[in-house]
Amino acid sequence: MTFELVCFYAFAAVSAAAALAVISVKNPVVAALCLVLTFFSMACVWLLAEAEFLAVALVLVYVGAVMVLFLFVVMMLDVDLVPLREGFIRFLPVGIAVAVIMLVEMLMLIGVRSLRLEPIADPATSAGLSNIEWLGRTLFSEYLLPFEIAALILTVGLIAAVPLTLRHRVGVKKQSPGRQVLVRREDRIRLVKMAAEKPEGGSP
Amino acid sequence: MITLAHFLTLGAVLFCIAVAGIFVNRKNVIVLLMCIELMLLAVNTNFVGFSRFLGDVDGQIFVFFILTVAAAEAAIGLAILVVLFRNRATIDVTHIDRLKG
Repeated sequence: MTFELVCFYAFAAVSAAAALAVISVKNPVVAALCLVLTFFSMACVWLLAEAEFLAVALVLVYVGAVMVLFLFVVMMLDVDLVPLREGFIRFLPVGIAVAVIMLVEMLMLIGVRSLRLEPIADPATSAGLSNIEWLGRTLFSEYLLPFEIAALILTVGLIAAVPLTLRHRVGVKKQSPGRQVLVRREDRIRLVKMAAEKPEGGSP
Repeated sequence: MITLAHFLTLGAVLFCIAVAGIFVNRKNVIVLLMCIELMLLAVNTNFVGFSRFLGDVDGQIFVFFILTVAAAEAAIGLAILVVLFRNRATIDVTHIDRLKG
């Protein structure tokens, strides 16, 4: 058993245990933190598969952005947790049964085909490139259009999240910069022509 | 020596845990979204494993795009969740029946 294999088993055990904790703990905040642990140990597993760029991207994108967003939303919503836990025990046997049957089927499928696939030398290293260079060369040549579309999807997601959560409250006094800018002098002051006031009689 | 079967097994285990999570937490939308993220992670692990053992860069490219779309999906999903909670004061899936479907 090589050191690599020991590391793989350790990271896999941590990620599976943390994933089990995600689905079984009561508090969603704890569940989100366990999901962070799952992502982190899976990033380590990806490092063992020599996918360095994706492992770092997983930590940055998921742990750094998505899970922080999850935690933010979980803490912002004042959710009553007790009714949400109803049916946990009732559906536990069904869930376990479905999961175990699926797992057995998938493991049989894996055992049939892929066990005999021999590991090959890392193609990036054998081509004299780093993993990120290997990925980037393909991404920016062959997959340039999907890359641009992915950027468009992210922009649409960014813009769509804003009007979704935008709320117009009635009865709130606030400035309207557009109307402020449009104001002309004639709207505010009126010049009136009138005779000058004179004191009655002569000087005292 | 780590083989492809190790990665596929780990992916299968994570996927099945996520499926079980969808069954047992069928009322809590937040945990349901987390289970979907777990499923995507399991699928990505399969892609990374195949990419490594077939020596093909396309698997890792695909994982890159899945990460992109999953990030956008999480942002939109959580925004919908916030709006839902503001309007209904609950995130219980069984109470989301306005459409009478």
